[in-house]
Amino acid sequence: MIQTKNIHFSYGKGTDFHFPDIAASSGESLLITGGSGKGKTTLLHLLGGLQRPQSGEVTIGDTNIASLSENKLDHFRGKNIGLVLQQSYFVASLNVLENVVLASWLATSKKATDKAKQLLVQLDLASHLHKLPSQLSIGQQQRVSIARALINEPKLLLADEPTSSLDDENAFIVADMLSNLSKQYGTALVIVTHDQRLKDRFPNQISLS
Amino acid sequence: MITKIAWKNIWFKPLNTALSIILLTASVAIITLLILLQEQFEKKFSDNIDGIDIVLGAQGSPLQLILSSVYQVDAPTGNIDYTEAKKWMKHPFVASAIPLSFGDNYRGFRIVGTTPEYLTKYGSEVRNGKVFAKNFDVVAGSAIAQKLGMKVGDKFFGSHGDAEEGEVHDNQAYTITGIATPTGKVVDNLILCNLQSVWAMHDHEHEEGEEAHDHEHEAVTDAHDHEHHDHDSHAEEAHDHDQAESTISDEGKEITAVLVKFRSKMGIVTWPRIIAQNTKMQAASPAIEINRLFSLFGIGLDALRYLAIGIMIISGISIFIALFNTLKERKYEFALLRVNGASRLQLLSLVLIESLLLCVTGFVFGTIVGRVALVFISGSSEDEFKMSFNPLEFVWEKEGYLFLLTIFVGILAALIPAVKAYSLNISKTLANA
Repeated sequence: MIQTKNIHFSYGKGTDFHFPDIAASSGESLLITGGSGKGKTTLLHLLGGLQRPQSGEVTIGDTNIASLSENKLDHFRGKNIGLVLQQSYFVASLNVLENVVLASWLATSKKATDKAKQLLVQLDLASHLHKLPSQLSIGQQQRVSIARALINEPKLLLADEPTSSLDDENAFIVADMLSNLSKQYGTALVIVTHDQRLKDRFPNQISLS
Repeated sequence: MITKIAWKNIWFKPLNTALSIILLTASVAIITLLILLQEQFEKKFSDNIDGIDIVLGAQGSPLQLILSSVYQVDAPTGNIDYTEAKKWMKHPFVASAIPLSFGDNYRGFRIVGTTPEYLTKYGSEVRNGKVFAKNFDVVAGSAIAQKLGMKVGDKFFGSHGDAEEGEVHDNQAYTITGIATPTGKVVDNLILCNLQSVWAMHDHEHEEGEEAHDHEHEAVTDAHDHEHHDHDSHAEEAHDHDQAESTISDEGKEITAVLVKFRSKMGIVTWPRIIAQNTKMQAASPAIEINRLFSLFGIGLDALRYLAIGIMIISGISIFIALFNTLKERKYEFALLRVNGASRLQLLSLVLIESLLLCVTGFVFGTIVGRVALVFISGSSEDEFKMSFNPLEFVWEKEGYLFLLTIFVGILAALIPAVKAYSLNISKTLANA
């Protein structure tokens, strides 16, 4: 489902990253680990089409996203890539449900309200649908962003340190939800983290060095 | 959907929003008020000088002469000799000349002695009853009749001068014989009678002391003389000797002003000089005087307009600061929208729409507040100058420009924040989170 080939990225001034090729197919989970400054987040942004590699290919499904125009890339990203970040951001003025529905509207121009509800219920947020994101705990916010990442049934779900700001209990809940839901929706899951707790949970790992 | 987010966003920061809207409302309200006032004021002023080329009156301030004799708002400059005025009224240049004579008022409304031509000039007709024919017959303007609830056949006593509190002429009542149709012009607020009524009313007063007896006798004789000629009205007049038909000679009598319309426009240019050189009167052109008045007002109106534009600039700056400040905390939100598939243009339009929503809201409120203010102003100008304004009139062209100006301010204020949102580097923003 996702495959990379010889990707190279440079911020200039000697910070060069040559990343190992990675691949993950539908329903599969891949954990990318590595210390600070090894380019974990950079790799994630390259996979998510937030940045373009200087050379190499990032293929999601049948599309090499490095070759898409800016507009097409925005559209492709919305439809095919879900992103969960260490810290969750929302449109602060919209409630939880509206934030999730917004993601479906931006990607497909349709409001998948029922599906958003169903996902949020599955993520144990049934009683928080009409609250503002700022009224939720960090763990709950993280679950909302998972719902938002999955609303369009993306081919690829990327998670950047999804658990590092959570306590043990919540970290395992979130990790379980990520892996269960990506299996359910047939989504390739790529997590970058230095969180030790996840290394035991996901056997399929690549370490950046 | 973008509009909905924008709408939710502006209400998410109610204080910022309220500040911007209040400022916009204030500036739009002031400008709307100015537009309406100026438009209606000028219209009222120019409607009333239609068909008056020159006003002939006593020497003094020409502006005062125009204000008093055309608009009935100022005190008259004095009186002129009717015999002399008549010479000029028969001048070959003159197409029509309407004499006016002021004397009394009734509850603050002026009673003006004139000819029925005055009504015709303002396009008014007598709706009920008939036009004044005899002394002390009056036609009431439509606005007065409505306000004071007057009907044909009512009688009232006038007070001397133009102050409501003036001495009451209680020896002679006026009788309403007709009500004029409404015109929206100055005639609606006047009570009209013939010239002789004004003379009779005041001659009577002067002679009241030593010559009271003589005068009364004279009047009775006059009335008797006349009855022989006028058989139709014999019965009613027999009872009412004092209300005799006009037989007072105009020899040596005075009037206040003459409204002159020329056959040839030459008169407008030449008369002011000729009159000044040959008589003790003056000839003033209403058009010139009103222009002068407007240019005096103009300074005040301009100052207000600059003030309003200043407030509008401040409201623009306030919108800019509000958008710019929240941009810092919202850049993650924007980056996230991009991640979720929003295009750069959608973010640009989100910021623009937020600003435009504020502007449109401010404009709508401003238009309403400006009109409410006009209602209050109209109320007080109605009391003082018998001049009312219509708050429901729309001056589409000027208000359209005002709307465009408001929108322009909105776009200008949002421009920098919108471009920043447009050119946001999502990867960097999210990596530095």
